[in-house]
Amino acid sequence: NRNERRRIGRGKLRLQKWYVALSDTQKKKISREVIQMVLARKPKMCSFLEWRDLKIVYKRYASLYFCCAVEDQENELITLEIIHRYVELLDKYFGSVCELDIIFNFEKAYYILDEFILGGEAQETSKKIVLKAIEQADMLQEEAEAPRSVLEEIGLT
Amino acid sequence: MPAPIRLRELIRTIRTARTQAEEREMIQKECAAIRSSFREEDNTYRCRNVAKLLYMHMLGYPAHFGQLECLKLIASQKFTDKRIGYLGAMLLLDERQDVHLLMTNCIKNDLNHSTQYVQGLALCTLGCMGSSEMCRDLAGEVEKLLKTSNSYLRKKAALCAVHVIRKVPELMEMFLPATKNLLSEKNHGVLHTSVVLLTEMCERSPDMLTHFRKLVPQLVRILKNLIMSGYSPEHDVSGISDPFLQVRILRLLRILGKSDDDSSEAMNDILAQVATNTETSKNVGNAILYETVLTIMDIKSESGLRVLAINILGRFLLNNDKNIRYVALTSLLKTVQTDHNAVQRHRSTIVDCLKDLDVSIKRRAMELSFALVNGNNIRGMMKELLYFLDSCDPDFKADCASGVFLAAEKYAPSKRWHIDTIMRVLTTAGSYVRDDSVPNLIQLITNSVEMHAYTVQRLYKALLDDISQQPLVQVASWCIGEYGDLLVSGQCEEEEPIQVTEDEVLDVLEGLLVSNLSAPVTRGYSLTAIMKLSTRFSSVNRIKKVVSIYGSSIDVELQQRAVEYNALFKKYDHMRPALLERMPIMEKTATNGPTEIVQTNGETESSALDSKHPPSITQPTNQANDLLDLLGGNDVPVIQTALPTKPASAGGELLDLLGDLSLSGGPTPAPAPSVPISQTPFLLDGLSSQPLFNDTAAGIPPMTAYNKNGLKIEFTFERSNPNPNISVITIHASNSTEADMTDFVFQAAVPKTFQLQLLSPSSNIVPALNQGSVTQVIRVLNPQKQQLRMRIKLTYTLKGAPVQDLAEVNNFPPQSWQ
Repeated sequence: NRNERRRIGRGKLRLQKWYVALSDTQKKKISREVIQMVLARKPKMCSFLEWRDLKIVYKRYASLYFCCAVEDQENELITLEIIHRYVELLDKYFGSVCELDIIFNFEKAYYILDEFILGGEAQETSKKIVLKAIEQADMLQEEAEAPRSVLEEIGLT
Repeated sequence: MPAPIRLRELIRTIRTARTQAEEREMIQKECAAIRSSFREEDNTYRCRNVAKLLYMHMLGYPAHFGQLECLKLIASQKFTDKRIGYLGAMLLLDERQDVHLLMTNCIKNDLNHSTQYVQGLALCTLGCMGSSEMCRDLAGEVEKLLKTSNSYLRKKAALCAVHVIRKVPELMEMFLPATKNLLSEKNHGVLHTSVVLLTEMCERSPDMLTHFRKLVPQLVRILKNLIMSGYSPEHDVSGISDPFLQVRILRLLRILGKSDDDSSEAMNDILAQVATNTETSKNVGNAILYETVLTIMDIKSESGLRVLAINILGRFLLNNDKNIRYVALTSLLKTVQTDHNAVQRHRSTIVDCLKDLDVSIKRRAMELSFALVNGNNIRGMMKELLYFLDSCDPDFKADCASGVFLAAEKYAPSKRWHIDTIMRVLTTAGSYVRDDSVPNLIQLITNSVEMHAYTVQRLYKALLDDISQQPLVQVASWCIGEYGDLLVSGQCEEEEPIQVTEDEVLDVLEGLLVSNLSAPVTRGYSLTAIMKLSTRFSSVNRIKKVVSIYGSSIDVELQQRAVEYNALFKKYDHMRPALLERMPIMEKTATNGPTEIVQTNGETESSALDSKHPPSITQPTNQANDLLDLLGGNDVPVIQTALPTKPASAGGELLDLLGDLSLSGGPTPAPAPSVPISQTPFLLDGLSSQPLFNDTAAGIPPMTAYNKNGLKIEFTFERSNPNPNISVITIHASNSTEADMTDFVFQAAVPKTFQLQLLSPSSNIVPALNQGSVTQVIRVLNPQKQQLRMRIKLTYTLKGAPVQDLAEVNNFPPQSWQ
């Protein structure tokens, strides 16, 4: 059971997903603490941090840190694989994903996450199926928007 | 009204801000625009505005005014709106806002939508942030979707059900029917989420657990297929087929196999197979191995499998990847109690991990190292651990120090080694040592009688170097107070004795009193130590002066002590030697050593100190008197108080016992000193001290005083230190019969020219079959150096029948009384 996951870039929180109910202030406080701890880690250290009664699993990809706070009995090594899978999905979707992609398309990053993970657990273990679902949802979105904008353009709405 | 700017444009604009203030200004401007747009109830751009709001929220700015707008988006028919609306709900709303309940109806509708992607959105949102009320309302819909043949929806419904169960555990039952054929699915997504659902149910309910045990064969089959089947591109990760599913299945098997022999047996083979066949070159393979090891250790696996598991962990320890080493140490820590020998084999690798750079690895390695210490490896291990203590982070020092003390106590190969180890810890990590270590150490030192001179010398030298580490200073003060006489007399055998005068010692102790580095507690120790030295040193006047100065100290604790000590000097000087005598060996109780010590020690508890006040002492005073009489002290008025536990008839019995031997004329008021007092308070022990060890070094051989009917009583001897006219005899009563001897009472009487004092026995029960002995100390004053004779009376109950016996002891070795 994963409690929250975050992407941090240059000390700034880019995305965060919470699977437990906490107040905004609590979330802010936790985020600050975890960001501080993760950024303080040296490269030679292992990817796991103990924090309160949870474990923080984190991995760095270029300028971004991906962090997951999991319960104590979780398998840390498979959590690393989960993180890696998510990055792969982003990479496939955006084509060699970089931080700017996530900044300018944050809602897409969330959609992808929500197709991969639900309630803190992986819902689909096939990369292909996740990407297909996103693709089709995107198409649905385009279809919904396309007729309208054409009509708007010719001034009929 | 111009169209609100697009999301991407806003992001671009905000990123051009060079200062926080500039950014805030932009945000505020845009928020104002968005607010007015919301007020206009504009459907066209609501989606765009909420998206922008979400971005600003991510930057940390308040966005609560968009919550209702999210709900409107969710209610819209457009997919784009719904997508952003649900995202907004998950980011901005949670069960704390009443507003969230308004979502319920929308979600209900969307769960039944014709488009699966809309259903998906609803399931996702519900499964992520649904409150208990929402879950209650919508559980039925989720249950319906759990039975659908659409795998896209089924997998989401399963995880949504997990969330519902977590929020409203009572609803778990309703999902049971739908789980019937979940595992027959081919779709991996459904399989994975189904296993998660089953796991959740089994963890929550023992009944469910029992019910689902029958799935073990099916789970084993699925796992087997994953391993044996060829390359499947869709689910392959570095050559392994669907590691996520494998790990999940292994975890469920763990839960099902725990405490169940049949299930454990059914999974034995597959576990062995996974353990031996999984590719370990990448993290993903190791993740599976890790889970396998956890499962093997938790179920009732056969020993061969367990050894296999531990060996996997041992290999992990040698892996270059830190993460692998970390999980290995964590797992080994969990199994070290149950599979101790197997883990021992990897001890040297574990000790190497103490030198790792990573804090978490170091900590685990430390905990594991302590768990592996035993009588055989104590020397080597302690060397490593002390080296670790020197160089580790401050966060570790307290735990490491405690661990070292514990290990040393259990497995010290010699007393000298033990004291040296303690010294090493106190001098290198003295300020990190836990508070309760101080009384423990004091007890240890007290009981290591032959090391007293060595210990006090080393502690004194340490004090000369450094008085900042409070635990070290406290232990040192206490020891100097107790054994200062050994220090100045240069009696150390273990190392070169140092030359130090009484004044130098008092200088050091007084220095502690005035130093800014000393904590109030430390000052207390120091003052009491100085006071004790008044009976061990000759510079009594100097001590009197110090004590009287602190009678007006601002520190209330010090003041109280000083005033009491002053009183001791002035009004009760006759009691001073007895009160300040050496501490006896302290009984270590099985459970709570420290608190007992605190009372006997009388150092850290001022209440114990209070009872040293003459008026409040009852029994202790009598003992003190008796002791003084034995020592040939001055004529003193005996403070008559009753001995509460003394049975009235004992005096009579004693007279009977001593009839032939022409009793000693000594003090025989109603409280006769030779009757053992069974329930003495600890303070009593504290006042009548005696070195209790068998002084074989002094060369007096022990003797058997009595040996009849299975009861054997041995006498061991030593000379009391200050007064050579006193013989200290320790009786050891042992019982070779099959039953315990209870209510055991030992009485003794000596001829007229002697005086005898009997101290409390260690117990009234002599255990059967020589499983233990009762000890008791007799002090005999023999000023005329006459041949020692004794008559003893023994009473006890054996198998319900009372037994009584008299005997004369005449075979005392000459050295015991000459």
